[in-house]
Amino acid sequence: MAERVHPGKAVPSGTTKKATATRDAYGEALLELGRQRNDIVVLDADLSGSTKTGKFAKAFPDRFFNVGISEQDLIGTACGLSLTGKLPFASTFAVFETGRAWEQIRQTVCYSNLNVKLVATHSGITVGEDGASHQSLEDIALMRVLPNMTVIVPADAHETKQAIHAAADYNGPVYVRLGRAKVPHVMPDQYTFQIGKSFSFHSGTDATVVAMGIMVSVALEAATKLSAEGIDVGVINMSTIKPLDNEALLKASSSCRLIVTAEEHSIIGGLGSAVSEFLSENNPTRILRTGIRDVFGCSGSPDELLNLYGLTADNLALSIKEALA
Amino acid sequence: MRATGNHVKTELSAKDLAGLSKKARKLRMEILTMLTHAGSGHTGGSLSAADILTVLYFHTLRHDPANPQWRERDRFILSKGHAAPVLYAALALSGYFDREILKTLRKIGSPLQGHPCSCKLPGIEISTGSLGQGLSIANGMAMGIKMDGLPSRVYCLLGDGEIQEGQVWEAAMTAAHYRLDNLCAIIDNNGLQIDGHCCDVMHIEPVVDKWKAFGWNVMDIDGHDIAAIVDAFHKAKTLKGKPAMIVARTVKGKGVSFFEGKVEYHGLAPTPDELSLALKELQK
Repeated sequence: MAERVHPGKAVPSGTTKKATATRDAYGEALLELGRQRNDIVVLDADLSGSTKTGKFAKAFPDRFFNVGISEQDLIGTACGLSLTGKLPFASTFAVFETGRAWEQIRQTVCYSNLNVKLVATHSGITVGEDGASHQSLEDIALMRVLPNMTVIVPADAHETKQAIHAAADYNGPVYVRLGRAKVPHVMPDQYTFQIGKSFSFHSGTDATVVAMGIMVSVALEAATKLSAEGIDVGVINMSTIKPLDNEALLKASSSCRLIVTAEEHSIIGGLGSAVSEFLSENNPTRILRTGIRDVFGCSGSPDELLNLYGLTADNLALSIKEALA
Repeated sequence: MRATGNHVKTELSAKDLAGLSKKARKLRMEILTMLTHAGSGHTGGSLSAADILTVLYFHTLRHDPANPQWRERDRFILSKGHAAPVLYAALALSGYFDREILKTLRKIGSPLQGHPCSCKLPGIEISTGSLGQGLSIANGMAMGIKMDGLPSRVYCLLGDGEIQEGQVWEAAMTAAHYRLDNLCAIIDNNGLQIDGHCCDVMHIEPVVDKWKAFGWNVMDIDGHDIAAIVDAFHKAKTLKGKPAMIVARTVKGKGVSFFEGKVEYHGLAPTPDELSLALKELQK
């Protein structure tokens, strides 16, 4: 699964430089769970090849339900299965899962606080060539606003696997946001994911980047670049967006001048908003939000799009430098 | 009070029939009384479904009010959640909770929310109220029950206006595709919705042909004929390989002459004066 990343791709220095799509890690985690637990069932809406639930379908055909191209029905069916004691994982692309079926998630999954796991792939602009219709830049906002919902955005394959297992062990609604493109392995081998616990790579006295998903590796690379210029920047992987790791935010905001959020999502309603909401009430700090600035995406290769929308290490480093100046 | 089990009779004795008719009247009286106490709520669509819920809760469903989570119970989903009063009346009269609680309908702190909430009231299988969602949930339950090899059946009541929701037809395909013959859906086909006659707002006919075309076994019955409802549920149990749909032709506001067929009583509660007149009619 893991491949060498071609030059030019955002890879932090000092990592193994291997890369895997988080959706591939999901497919493997489901297989592991399927072997471990009989109550796991998986549902998809005609995208099992892309979301990688197809692997589970092949291994456990009696526990896989394809509902066709019908996301609202996907969520309702998953809810019904959970009400008979099954542990459903329902998957499709993020834009359809959280957008098309948002009200089903609100009314049934969250209002009734059901033990349903929503794992969406193809989030963000790194969907690439399919363009804006398929690039979900709002899903964190849509899921974060719902009572009872837990929101997780793993940074790499290693964390994804652990997050899927943690979601299975947790009783209640969980949304896990995954991607299509390969992302560098950034989390240490000994790292253990816990819902609500962030991971600090290193602290910084000038600024701290609070990142999620693919932006964690970008932030690490930006911090390395800035370090060479004598600017001390910490990096936190905030892989649980809800509940937010408040303690880590208080600590970081008390030890540096600037908090920078980095997300492959709209800066409205996502990680930047969550961090701003918490810190403005609890430890007012200067905050710079980086991400998609209230626009739709477009077609292009993932790298071209990251560059176009300013989600590169160079761009992030420049933004931090300007903000600190 | 574990109900009639697998031994549903095809023909009701005259005594059983009289007993169910009496229960249906009682249900209607409870509905009207709680709605008047509440001062708001959905009268018409609760009354139109009263005979269907009477048969379900006092004849067909295998359930245990003392143990709402009994694993082998049959499940009922009120997809048309605005008819909550008819469900609350059926649950209270079955013994799920004290009927005094009915007076708290729609009041602050009450387990009887304006639309059913499963986190607040035992006996509610799932929260509903946003139309079009119940059938998908029923499908998932039917799948889970089949996986576990349980004898339970799943019942889901939809409104006729509700089937204008697209999700209903997604679910219709799923139920047929997965051959969910342990599922029986019912349409409370009272012909009216908030804005008027269904045929004026958004045509839904031919309802029977539509469900047949979607791969369901369909029965078309008088939704106020208790014996016919009993028979339809029984027949649905015997049909294999397809989900069953009972199109129950009903009258909105049924049982109270001045509410019958009146679209304005979709979402209006009776006044105290209307209540006393209505109770007099029902006691006749």
